[in-house]
Amino acid sequence: MRLLGPIGRWIDDRLGLSPAVQHTLLHPIPRANAGRKGWMYIFGAATLVAFVVQVVTGVALATKYIPAPGHAHQSLLLINDTRLGALLRGMHFWSASAMVLLVFLHMARTFLTGSYKFPREMNWITGGFLLGLTLAMAATGQLLRWDQDGVWTVVVWAKFADRVPLIGEHVARFFLGGDTVGGLTLTRFFAFHVFVFPALMFILIGVHLYLVAYHGISEPPQPGKRVERGTYRAHYAGLLERGRPYFPDGTWREAVVAAALVAVVVVLALVIGPVGPGPAPDPTDVAAVPKPDWFFLWYYTLVWLKPPRFETLVMVYFPLGVGVLLFLIPLLARGGERSARRRPWAIAAVGATVLVWGVLTGYGVSSYWVPDFDSPPIAPAALGIPPGPAADGARVFHERGCQYCHAVRGQGGRYGPDLTRVTRRMSPEETTHRIVAGIRDMPAYRALPVAEVEALLAFFQAAAERGR
Amino acid sequence: MPTRRAARLIERLQGFLMAVLLVPVARRLASTVRRRLTRTAQDRPPTVPGTASPGDEAEAPRRRFLARLTLGAAAVVAGLLGVPFAGFVFGPGRRTGRAWRPVGEAATFSVGRTVKVDYLDPSPLPWAGFAAETAAWLRRESDSHFVAFTIYCTHTGCPVRWEEGADLFMCPCHGGAFYRDGTVAAGPPPIPLTRYPVRVRDGVVEIETAPIPGQTPS
Repeated sequence: MRLLGPIGRWIDDRLGLSPAVQHTLLHPIPRANAGRKGWMYIFGAATLVAFVVQVVTGVALATKYIPAPGHAHQSLLLINDTRLGALLRGMHFWSASAMVLLVFLHMARTFLTGSYKFPREMNWITGGFLLGLTLAMAATGQLLRWDQDGVWTVVVWAKFADRVPLIGEHVARFFLGGDTVGGLTLTRFFAFHVFVFPALMFILIGVHLYLVAYHGISEPPQPGKRVERGTYRAHYAGLLERGRPYFPDGTWREAVVAAALVAVVVVLALVIGPVGPGPAPDPTDVAAVPKPDWFFLWYYTLVWLKPPRFETLVMVYFPLGVGVLLFLIPLLARGGERSARRRPWAIAAVGATVLVWGVLTGYGVSSYWVPDFDSPPIAPAALGIPPGPAADGARVFHERGCQYCHAVRGQGGRYGPDLTRVTRRMSPEETTHRIVAGIRDMPAYRALPVAEVEALLAFFQAAAERGR
Repeated sequence: MPTRRAARLIERLQGFLMAVLLVPVARRLASTVRRRLTRTAQDRPPTVPGTASPGDEAEAPRRRFLARLTLGAAAVVAGLLGVPFAGFVFGPGRRTGRAWRPVGEAATFSVGRTVKVDYLDPSPLPWAGFAAETAAWLRRESDSHFVAFTIYCTHTGCPVRWEEGADLFMCPCHGGAFYRDGTVAAGPPPIPLTRYPVRVRDGVVEIETAPIPGQTPS
């Protein structure tokens, strides 16, 4: 400021810049946070960078997105047709993906370093709300694509909400904007995605950052150094006395990560491009196969896994319970050890969560239970099966929909067992019984003509013989 | 269903309920803030220049009143903004109810076949585009008997499709399957496909539309 002379001093004084800079940029951070361990602390800043990218690209997209049910899809195609439009839509998607990923990484780091403990409980709780809002943005954002998936997602949400006792029907009507998917459905998701959720996020991010500044960034934990309510603040003040200025000792890592993150987002947007929109929305088109974006694939699998009659438990109370538990963590474990080395259960919890998430997402990606409606008929000649009952069986196998869920010689669905060598496992009588009576996840084909059952048996026999 | 009736009642009473629930909370909050404020004034000397000096006993009642006035005025602003906002955004929304919709000449449906029929929602909005239409599965059981099924799977609401060869309704999301009479054949769906009322009038098949909420038993 001195270099700018009197004009600079006037601006500095009237805008109150120096004290603000002093507080926000030049405040001390613990020495360890400015060292190599500072790399552990970049996820929060990176999440914020992704949020900024979302705001900028989102505002740009909002200028050309038409939030009307009849036109939204076309307006997205128009945006995709321009080079910058495709880039911005791509950035908006990839940065959203990054934000969801980073917010979870940030949470895992906070949990593992025990940073949520005294006096930073509220940092965690405001962060919990921000996590919820981030997921709400991800969910509504997918919907604004307003393609087949988008329209059917609304129906799925309404059906989910409908299960909640007492208020469920009201919530379902709230999602739909009335009795059915109609003229008022899309605009409400648009308003929430563009105004309500972002406004709440701005406020909460403000509080969250204020708390980081107010309590100071948590220092890397040391095994054996317990958090005590009586002594922690004095201990931390001591750390700050020997601290380093946040700018530039702490900021350079965040800036480098920010640049790398935005670069990766741009590259992904350029190379892979935007996602969707998929086929035009049509509530009467039953050929739709609604599937959530990767953020919610684990839940999609979970809903498949749930045993019958536990719908409401898995769909409603389970997510609700996880949410409540999340907010209780800092209240249940306020003090004590912070280091993950002395908290094996914390490591186990994070590890188990990652493992379960990974497995569920993996199953969601493959979703082998989805009937393979498009599997082409098996040509008997290709398997070396001459015309006759066995060849007829191949036709029946396709026509009767066996092939939606079962494969023979690698052709067909994956829900049920591969039937290439079924004759080695089951006798013709057992197979016939299974076809006619069904089992758990297989319908009973009670009305299947005897001739067709016999053709199927011949087909299985021939497939097994040629399979050798 | 008692739950549904209760929900409708809550909808109707929601303004009242909101007041009943929120007013005590707001009061509690106001009194806490007030206590904090007065305690600050008495126990701790103000450190920010420009605030009132301590020990100003004569000013205390007046200040208490002004504090109450500030909070009250703020509550008025919040209420005047919040009630219309919440009522409009979170209100029950547009009710279009039910309507009988023609889906085709009875003669065009053959006995034993299941076909998809599309029809308009009751009173669709002019700009709804694709969203104005919905569909159902219609099966002609006999000359005089028609059955209509929802296209929404009873598991998570995905669209079920009729597979003629397999003689099944199949759901693409989680592999649920239903027999031709709508009963569960396999997979995760908990209950049979919902049926819609059907009638034949002057040789035209009509289906009664139904709102999406309220079809799922909880």
